[in-house]
Amino acid sequence: MPANLAALRAQVELALAGRVPAPFTIREHQVENVPTGISEVDALAGGLPRGALTEIFGPPCSGRTSLLFSALSVRTMNAEACALIDGCDAFDPHSAEAGGIDLKQLLWVRCRTMEQSFRATDFLLQAGGFGFIALDLSDIPRELVHRVPLDTWFRFRRAVEGTPTILLVLEQEPHAKTCASLVLRVNAERSRWKTTNPADVADFYRNPFSRLLDGSEVHVEMIRSRSHWGTKTDFQNGRDPRMRDSSMKIFETKEIFGF
Amino acid sequence: MAFASIYVPNSMVQTIVRAEPDLRDRAIALVDGCPPLWKIVAANEAALREGIELGMGGSQAQQFCKVEVRHRSPEQEKAAHAALLDVGWSVSPRIEDTAPGMIVLDLAGLTSLFKSLENIAAILAERSSRVGLHPNIAVASNIEAAIHAARGLAGITLIPPGEEPERLSSLPVEVLLPSTEILETLQRWGIRTCGALTALPLLQLSERLGTEGVFLHQRAGGKYCRSLVLAEPETRFTEEMKLDYAITELEPLSFLLHRLLDQVCARLEARALAASAFCLRFDLKDFMEEESKVKNKSSVSMTESRIYEKILRLPVPMRDSKTLLKLLRLQLQSDPPNGSIVKIILTAEPARPRAGQKGLFVPDSPDREKLEVTIARIAGLVGNSNVGSPQLVDTHRPGEFRMFPFSPASEESAGSRKREPSSRRTAIAFRMFRPELLANVESREGCPFRVSFRGARGNVVAASGPWRTSGDWWETHGWREDEWDVEIHFNSSGKKQISHRGAQDGLYRIYYDWMRRSWFVRGRYD
Repeated sequence: MPANLAALRAQVELALAGRVPAPFTIREHQVENVPTGISEVDALAGGLPRGALTEIFGPPCSGRTSLLFSALSVRTMNAEACALIDGCDAFDPHSAEAGGIDLKQLLWVRCRTMEQSFRATDFLLQAGGFGFIALDLSDIPRELVHRVPLDTWFRFRRAVEGTPTILLVLEQEPHAKTCASLVLRVNAERSRWKTTNPADVADFYRNPFSRLLDGSEVHVEMIRSRSHWGTKTDFQNGRDPRMRDSSMKIFETKEIFGF
Repeated sequence: MAFASIYVPNSMVQTIVRAEPDLRDRAIALVDGCPPLWKIVAANEAALREGIELGMGGSQAQQFCKVEVRHRSPEQEKAAHAALLDVGWSVSPRIEDTAPGMIVLDLAGLTSLFKSLENIAAILAERSSRVGLHPNIAVASNIEAAIHAARGLAGITLIPPGEEPERLSSLPVEVLLPSTEILETLQRWGIRTCGALTALPLLQLSERLGTEGVFLHQRAGGKYCRSLVLAEPETRFTEEMKLDYAITELEPLSFLLHRLLDQVCARLEARALAASAFCLRFDLKDFMEEESKVKNKSSVSMTESRIYEKILRLPVPMRDSKTLLKLLRLQLQSDPPNGSIVKIILTAEPARPRAGQKGLFVPDSPDREKLEVTIARIAGLVGNSNVGSPQLVDTHRPGEFRMFPFSPASEESAGSRKREPSSRRTAIAFRMFRPELLANVESREGCPFRVSFRGARGNVVAASGPWRTSGDWWETHGWREDEWDVEIHFNSSGKKQISHRGAQDGLYRIYYDWMRRSWFVRGRYD
């Protein structure tokens, strides 16, 4: 049988000679991955691929937006033009700036319907030149997003293919199927609170003003990747404490544990 | 010293052809005056061959089926003359605005830039044709000689110094524009050409025709010298079009706008400028105007004064007519004029064109012209106020921001701001509920204990606050709030009740509004 296969292969190659250069050779795409700004996620997934569609999904309050803001922060600080198509008008510029996003480099499209979001994404992909385009469908019911025809995702994939654009979609469940080059699932583990009085940790009613929201731990799992074979990792996000307590160290760095 | 004169022969007809290029090979006659006393005031060669005569009645001219009869348009003539001046300024800064359809350029010192006078004349002809005009161009060492040669000789004429009398001798005396009485006298004498006029003895000529005769004699011989009367460059570029028939649809309007934009952009290009803003103005006519004309004259004056104005401000100076047409179309689609259009006026504000070179090591950025069209398209979809770049304002009012036009940093400044990602901890992101959700909060010892909103009820397992803010109390829109960060665990039954906002356990921000005396959920951490 192997001998027959080799003969068959040689026969096909001979027949296609001059027309198809290498019919049995898989074309290798050089995919450039860029950092998300979270070292654990970069170690897990190798960063966000350019010229490809990336999906980040998870339930509300899971840390999807923190991951998006981190990636946007890195891209805008690298002077790339970025766009955020906000499916439910939930973007908070104050939080974004606290997260390090250069708002001047960000085009924010405030949509009211899913149709508007997809059409705006189409326009921006056709315009070209954007380094990062994020489509935020986080607050749109999964049943609605599920109705989006698969050819829309194929169109998006084809539109970014061969360009330096990163197309990132935030949602509650993955819908792009094989069109997505990278799929990450995020989940919030637990929240962290700081207090000046350790005795009050359990009973926050006594002195709520002495407590401070410190952040939450986020669990990230890689569901699909065309370039990396990682599994899962955790990272922590933190609240910018400038507005609450000026005595605290801003953007405190912590050791992250991962798998 | 050398001067170039540009003369547009039959300028009234050329103006109409400039606005309607399809008429270039057709027989055209122009009528002027009030109906029914229309008279033919200009016609091209083809129309004259068909039998059209100047002074003929308009209704009579309409009997010639092969002749296109159009109304004379003073606005378009003005715009065409302005275009001719722009052509002149594209070559020389010293220009005389001699007469409608005629300008004179001082070419002193320009040969070092344009190599030769022949080359300058060719450039002027090429640039004139780009703005839709086909003039005669004459270059001479004398202003008047250049003017007369341009009037009398078709195409490009170069008169070397000293050869003016010979070159002008064959021209008819009409090119000197004598008064009617003197022209009749010269014709009675049998003087038809400039050469014949210069052959007359000057003393006897002055005795019979006076100073004007001497003046004509000097000009006919190319000996009259005068200095140039300089014109000031225009700072606004306006093109107008008066329509014979009112327009109500966008498609035919786009067609006309494209023509006007092409003309404005060609003029801007001739002056090495671009447009930073466009002002589009329509004179509108009501559908019922004709009826109201009959009924009441006062209402007519009211309807005639109706105008529609739209200003298109561009983030970067542009002069690409196709891109500008797309932007104007999108603007008109979002805010169409309320009436039929009878006149279009397009004015461009000039600015220096954007000059920049992309760096090898700076990230790719969207093409500005393309980006502007894309943003206009998205604005048509989501509204003008919902697309742009958010900027924080100097206030402590929660959630306050302003939208500015998106204008990513230029390559140079972006390159200087480029930073490496730091190893800092990721900031927790906050998502807003717009509008905020009304909540019912139960408190224990002044601290939120149970929260319910949108039909879901949850227990507060951790809270931090209150963070009190207030401001603008001297204004009607002041605020005073107590803000809390809370971690809510929802009851399982409540989770099912909330639909799309999702009653997920997590971190929320709630606040008590002292002005409205109610609790609200501002958003959640994600």
